[in-house]
Amino acid sequence: MFSYYLKLGWLSIRRNPLLSALMVAAIAVGIGASMTIITVNYVMSGNPIPQKSDQLYYVQLDSWDPIDHDNEGFEPPDQMTYLDAMALMKAGKAYRQIASNRSSLVLEPQGEGERPFSVTSRNTWADFFPMFDLPFLHGSGWDDSADNNLDKVVVLSKEINERVFGGENSVGRSLRLNGMDFQVVGVVDKYLPVPRFYDVTTGAFDEPAEVYIPFNIGVEYEFSRNGNTSCWKAPDGDGFEAFLNSECVWIQFWAELRNDEEKQDYMAFLNAYTQQQKEMGRFPRPLNNRLSNVMEWMEIEEVVEDDAQVMLGLSLLFLVVCLLNTIGLLLAKFLGKSGDISLRRALGASRGSLFVQHMIESGMIGLAGGVLGIGLTWLGLRGIKMLFGEFVENLVGLDWVMILTAIGLAIVSALLAGLYPTWRACRIAPASQLKIQ
Amino acid sequence: MEIGPIWRAMMRNKTGAILIALQIAVTMAIMVNAISIMQERGRMMARPTGIDEHNIFSISSVGFAEDFNERVTIEEDLAALRAMPGVVNAIQSNSVPLSGGGWSMGVQTEPGEGIDGPSVAVYMVDEHALDTLGLNLVRGENFSATDIGWRGLSDTDWPDKAIITRATAQALYPDDPDSALGSALYVSNDKPFTVIGIIEQMQAPWNGWEGVERVMLTPSHTLFKGTRYIIRTEPGMRDALMPQVEKLLAESNKSRIVRSMRTMDETRERSYRGDAAMIKILTFTIVLLIAITSLGIVGLASFSVNRRTKQIGTRRALGASKVAILRYFMTENFLISLVGVLIGAALTVGLNIVMIEAFSLTRIAWYLVPVAMLMLLAVGQAAVFGPAKRASSVPPAVATRTV
Repeated sequence: MFSYYLKLGWLSIRRNPLLSALMVAAIAVGIGASMTIITVNYVMSGNPIPQKSDQLYYVQLDSWDPIDHDNEGFEPPDQMTYLDAMALMKAGKAYRQIASNRSSLVLEPQGEGERPFSVTSRNTWADFFPMFDLPFLHGSGWDDSADNNLDKVVVLSKEINERVFGGENSVGRSLRLNGMDFQVVGVVDKYLPVPRFYDVTTGAFDEPAEVYIPFNIGVEYEFSRNGNTSCWKAPDGDGFEAFLNSECVWIQFWAELRNDEEKQDYMAFLNAYTQQQKEMGRFPRPLNNRLSNVMEWMEIEEVVEDDAQVMLGLSLLFLVVCLLNTIGLLLAKFLGKSGDISLRRALGASRGSLFVQHMIESGMIGLAGGVLGIGLTWLGLRGIKMLFGEFVENLVGLDWVMILTAIGLAIVSALLAGLYPTWRACRIAPASQLKIQ
Repeated sequence: MEIGPIWRAMMRNKTGAILIALQIAVTMAIMVNAISIMQERGRMMARPTGIDEHNIFSISSVGFAEDFNERVTIEEDLAALRAMPGVVNAIQSNSVPLSGGGWSMGVQTEPGEGIDGPSVAVYMVDEHALDTLGLNLVRGENFSATDIGWRGLSDTDWPDKAIITRATAQALYPDDPDSALGSALYVSNDKPFTVIGIIEQMQAPWNGWEGVERVMLTPSHTLFKGTRYIIRTEPGMRDALMPQVEKLLAESNKSRIVRSMRTMDETRERSYRGDAAMIKILTFTIVLLIAITSLGIVGLASFSVNRRTKQIGTRRALGASKVAILRYFMTENFLISLVGVLIGAALTVGLNIVMIEAFSLTRIAWYLVPVAMLMLLAVGQAAVFGPAKRASSVPPAVATRTV
């Protein structure tokens, strides 16, 4: 029966080629527009580390200004002071924890005639690599001891290893950064978390780090900070030392807490630490420390941009217009073959079978629209990439989930659109249309 | 007029008409709100930076070698740049308007913690800044060479002079902005300084900041390990000079790298890329929407003409003129579209309210609603004209045929 209805549907589609083409086009355009924007939103709001996103917590300590002029909600600052980050690292109360910031370094390749270039570095701690599941191509991260001994060790990204060492296993070799020799201990394989959750303060969709070095090295040699620094109070005195001891925030702090108990213990520890600091005259605000897991943190930092959401709303309305269009055309079409329908009814077809027949016809149109719509989505994503430039590269991939969603959405839309016209068609009385002629 | 009969005929088969009306209504809601967003972005992008954009470019220099002497390098670079034929003037600056990265500080009229004051963007420059950027000094005077100090990355001292924009003066002294000149202000709670000049206008490095025109120039060279030069050329010389400047800097000192050379036009383009893209996407969406809606009208009208061929023939046979038939279909569409745009006006305002709540967008300009209504009525008339014309050419003889 199914294949018979498919055949009937095909014949009916062929009978009004213009009307059918219009319907397919309307669905395709609606699907293309909405899927393009849905894909961008889907990628923006994706979970960058699904296997452990609920065990990784961003730590916020509220060390901020008691009178806050810009930030009405009295939210804690989105980064941490050096004093607090060092105290938390030293306490080591979490299963794993890291403080980190971003620097810009100058890399001097040793080859003949090669010019120095600048690279972005993530200055962090040994736990960074196991904590965020970085895949290693060669070697590994550095040892805990390197953090404290100020060892000049470096982990390279795949791209930098290819550019400087031609892609060879460079573990054990030496690399010149900011005029100093670092020893390569590992090369990370392609690592592209989207959003780049571990540091959204410098752009959630920016490229990941090119090299990784110990945080303490960056502090010891006063490497330039390539991120945001905010102060509510000027440092007491001049010089880097005064800056380190100030209330300026510039460090991101993450803790890995494996279960609820660890989380509660850690929160208790943070609050006790804050109390102790209050006694020393710091932390003038009421207690307001936060632990946010990866997805909560993405939400707080509003990683999905407003523009993407505005476009999502508009594109769904666009799909509604396309569906209204399709309903109108289907209705016209089905009522146009009233003669056929009443003849079939007169010959014994039940309402149920007519219903199935016309829903199948609608579904066929939806399928065609969906397939065409995927093509349009692909074009749309290319267009987005062209308009926004290379930095959205990571946002415009079309994966299987999205392709299946597009086809599903198209068929469901077409079936929904077909529902009312089909119902109308089924109500045509048997033989009512036969007597006229 | 035949509105009565046409309306009654439509009511007998109202689903098709309702669908078209709804489609027009949603189209209008999307269209007007999209145009409103485009207007907002357009206004934002049209704001001037206050500097001579077309003849300015910037370039960064980062020292890395151990023997790198930043202060000497900066002095030599500036002397060499200013001596280049075709260069009007050049400065070192910690930031560039619209570049996205910079420094802001709270400024207050009284010293002490906990006192409210506007935050302003700080450009650390020397006495050549007004000439290099093409800024218009409206009150007071420029820095002199002796005012310029050297500031290290962790220094917390502030120079005792500053030049501010009119918008900064306005924010500090809303009642009498001119009184800012010569007044003592405080930065970083308690570091005093005097305003020696007021410039007409200049933008901060961040285009989306509400205080985008609150700017302060302070007389310092910076020793931040990386530095940026802003260079202004004679009109038309910019593109020819850029590679020369890059070569000069790269070859004069091998202990540094030179990077991020960018014209001010490019800086602007990068700064507003998201907004420009949004405008293009929305324009495309509107065009596509109107196309879909018109095609829908054409499709349904053609269909209804086909179905009514016999009635049309009968009317023609009974004496209706071609024009009367044409008018029938045009009026029918007009009525449907009218209902559509009326619902559309309500939907438009509703959608706008939702968008204002959720995304703090601006309210739509009142005139957009009637303009969009008229436009969609015209689109409907244009779309239905083809099928209506075909209907009017149905010969009266059709009435006499049986099938």
